[in-house]
Amino acid sequence: MLTYIAKRLIGLVPVFFGITLISFFVMHLAPGKPTDIQTSLNPKVSYEARLRLEKLYGLDKPVYVQYLDWLKRFIRFDFGRSYIDDRPVSDKILERIPITLLINVSSMALILLFGIPLGVISAVKRGTFLDKASTVLVFIAYSVPEFWLALLLMSLFGISLGWLPVSGITSLDFEYLGVFGKVLDVAWHLILPVSIAAFGSLAGISRYMRTSMVGAIGQDYIRTARAKGLAESQVIYKHALRNALLPVITILGLSVPGLIGGSVIFESIFAIPGMGRLFYESVMARDYPTIMGVLSIGAILTLLGNFLADIAYSYADPRIRVSGE
Amino acid sequence: MTIPLILSAVFFFTAISGGRAAGEDSRPAYGDAIVVASIGDARTLIPILASDSASADICGMVFNGLVKYDKHVNIVGDLAESWDVSEDGLVITFHLRKNVRWHDGAPFTSLDVEFTYKKLIDPNVKTPYSGDFERIKSLEAVDDHTVRVAYKEPFSPALSSWGMWIMPEHLLRDEDLNRTAFSRHPVGTGPYVFKAWKTGQKIELVSNRDYFEGRPFIDRYIYRVIPDESTIFLELQTQGVDLTGITPLQYTRQTDNKFFRAHYQKFKYPSFGYTYMGYNLSDPKFRDQKVRMAINYAVNKREIVDAIFFGLARVITGPFVIDSWAYNKEVVDAGYSPARARALLAEAGWKDSNADGWVDKDGEAFEFTLLVNQGNAERLRCAEMMQGYLKAVGIRMKIRVLEWSAMINEFIDKRRFEAVLMGWFLSRDPDCYDIWHSSKTREGEFNFAGYKNPEVDRLLEEGRRTFDQAKRAETYHKIHKLIYEEQPYLFLYSGEALPIVNKRFRGIEVSPIGIGYNFIKWYVPKGEQRYR
Repeated sequence: MLTYIAKRLIGLVPVFFGITLISFFVMHLAPGKPTDIQTSLNPKVSYEARLRLEKLYGLDKPVYVQYLDWLKRFIRFDFGRSYIDDRPVSDKILERIPITLLINVSSMALILLFGIPLGVISAVKRGTFLDKASTVLVFIAYSVPEFWLALLLMSLFGISLGWLPVSGITSLDFEYLGVFGKVLDVAWHLILPVSIAAFGSLAGISRYMRTSMVGAIGQDYIRTARAKGLAESQVIYKHALRNALLPVITILGLSVPGLIGGSVIFESIFAIPGMGRLFYESVMARDYPTIMGVLSIGAILTLLGNFLADIAYSYADPRIRVSGE
Repeated sequence: MTIPLILSAVFFFTAISGGRAAGEDSRPAYGDAIVVASIGDARTLIPILASDSASADICGMVFNGLVKYDKHVNIVGDLAESWDVSEDGLVITFHLRKNVRWHDGAPFTSLDVEFTYKKLIDPNVKTPYSGDFERIKSLEAVDDHTVRVAYKEPFSPALSSWGMWIMPEHLLRDEDLNRTAFSRHPVGTGPYVFKAWKTGQKIELVSNRDYFEGRPFIDRYIYRVIPDESTIFLELQTQGVDLTGITPLQYTRQTDNKFFRAHYQKFKYPSFGYTYMGYNLSDPKFRDQKVRMAINYAVNKREIVDAIFFGLARVITGPFVIDSWAYNKEVVDAGYSPARARALLAEAGWKDSNADGWVDKDGEAFEFTLLVNQGNAERLRCAEMMQGYLKAVGIRMKIRVLEWSAMINEFIDKRRFEAVLMGWFLSRDPDCYDIWHSSKTREGEFNFAGYKNPEVDRLLEEGRRTFDQAKRAETYHKIHKLIYEEQPYLFLYSGEALPIVNKRFRGIEVSPIGIGYNFIKWYVPKGEQRYR
């Protein structure tokens, strides 16, 4: 088992550098330079000033040299400094992670809280009105554009009813609040974004849950449980649900890298300073170090997520392990 | 019977006016906060590195230059009390204000000016503004409050270039400006003191009680980053945002209702910029002035302004700020006349000889592609309208939308374009040497149209050497006239800036340079204050 893990880990290293290499060159294929925002078509910026800036950013070197420079720094865990404001890329990413994680984890919790029961009920009451209604509902939620729904609900709860704040993650008097007040304030601001984020993703989990539950209910051991004379609730929640949850947990494992990712449109509409906006802004400004920083963290998490899923599988299923050895 | 009636009427009126004085106290008062919404966050608060509008907004509150513009667009002293320009125009001597203190209490002196200058021309500092300061031969701090600047040659835009914000020498002397912590914790001399910056969320400033022009009335300035325009508009409706810019559509339609009339005041003033269609003058189709003039006749600019901007923009005829002293009001637009356009095209040899609806010459139809940058809906609509106008006179125009960086780098800089729809943002000084002088046509330089006119070159050089405003005005009026006659650009319109401000703020007066110039005099009467 240990040699299998070691082999798999070593195998990840070239894959990771392959990803960074391709990202780096693709990124440089996009026309434009990081200095464009500062200099292009600003009559106050002279030609000489522009060349000087390009030299200061090291943009006059060939791309492969720039990649090697980046790699040398990366190996020492140095992501470099942003071209936009010269702050360390690691700082820029770290300050965005808490709010992104908070929103993603809480919406994930909401999705599980509503998605799993919804799927179970659909499966148990298969073919009834309830099942059909919930199917229609989750597909509507899945297809409605998030930004449109967000704007409608902001208008309803923020303006017409005045119950919830429209945007931002804290009130303007946040710093004058006590600890408890601060927690409440953030929670109050996150109600809308988190519910909307969860609403659209209900479809996935509840559908998976329904399918795997339907499968589980059809199994022999369920018939056995019923034959034993167990109460129906025990049959469903103890015997069927536990088995049906397994594939869903795998899906959850795979969504780990998504937890630090964010959506640009969503974060822009709610004025949330998350990872999505950071990445989008750095792409638009051709801020190469930041783009590479976000991409490599994403690559590492994805590779690790897959790796952990593999390990978990092989632990559970000897057939996979055998082919690996 | 008449006498008591009159008396009671008098009493009645006094009672009302007395009641008003007590109930609606609208005297200036200190306090409250203003929430300003911006779609972008600042990038750096080092004044000489700030090149985006959000960074400039904040730097403008925290720092001062030596000079500034007053509401009539005249240069007046800011940190400089006065200045003298030598006879030959080569030396400017600034007399600095005494008793000005940095926000940390240290005195402001000529050393700070000298330091700022040295950083501006330091090749290792990532500033885009070195150009104007490279023309300085020497800068000398004569004493604590006098700075003498000698130029290599007379350069009249020099004075306005000293509107550049001055940085504190005592805090930055040993710092690497490109990566100092100062960029996120600036210390200035301005009306507002930096307090906090939450990246991507907000920047907060508090009023400088010892400001040399007096303590600002509004205590807190909160700059909120809301990247989505529809969200900003929703926030206006909750009164969560006090000041922001709105679109012509919002100005004329969406804010024309009871709620907005009750809670907001709207302003408009000409923006410092204009939109134009620039030709590649080396393209054989556009080499003939008659063709360019024909296009000028063919496009109905008035209708563009009315349809796209609901009238909230103005048709322009030249490359200067409309309403400024440099703008030649005697140059009037030739007007819309498809008939004349056709006649001029025919004179230039473009006729519809095969009756297919498109004019042609030597067997080739008149067809060109207009480049438009992505993300500017108004410009794209303008291009679509132009397409229709040109079709009416037999010119087939195609539109190509490109991402900004790609458009500039791959097409404009490399001269791989036929025509482009773009805008110039103008500084307050009318010098436009870099855009029109024939020497500025290298790759990446701004005369990408390839305009060459020895007379205009001469006048541009003259304009830079003249300090007397009346004489300079004459020079720029001539340039304006010549350029309009030659039509290297199709001059289209200059938009209006449309700020909206919550009604509780008083003391706002719109002027040719906008509304922000007297911000420190804005106030909220005690009874209407919203924030502590």
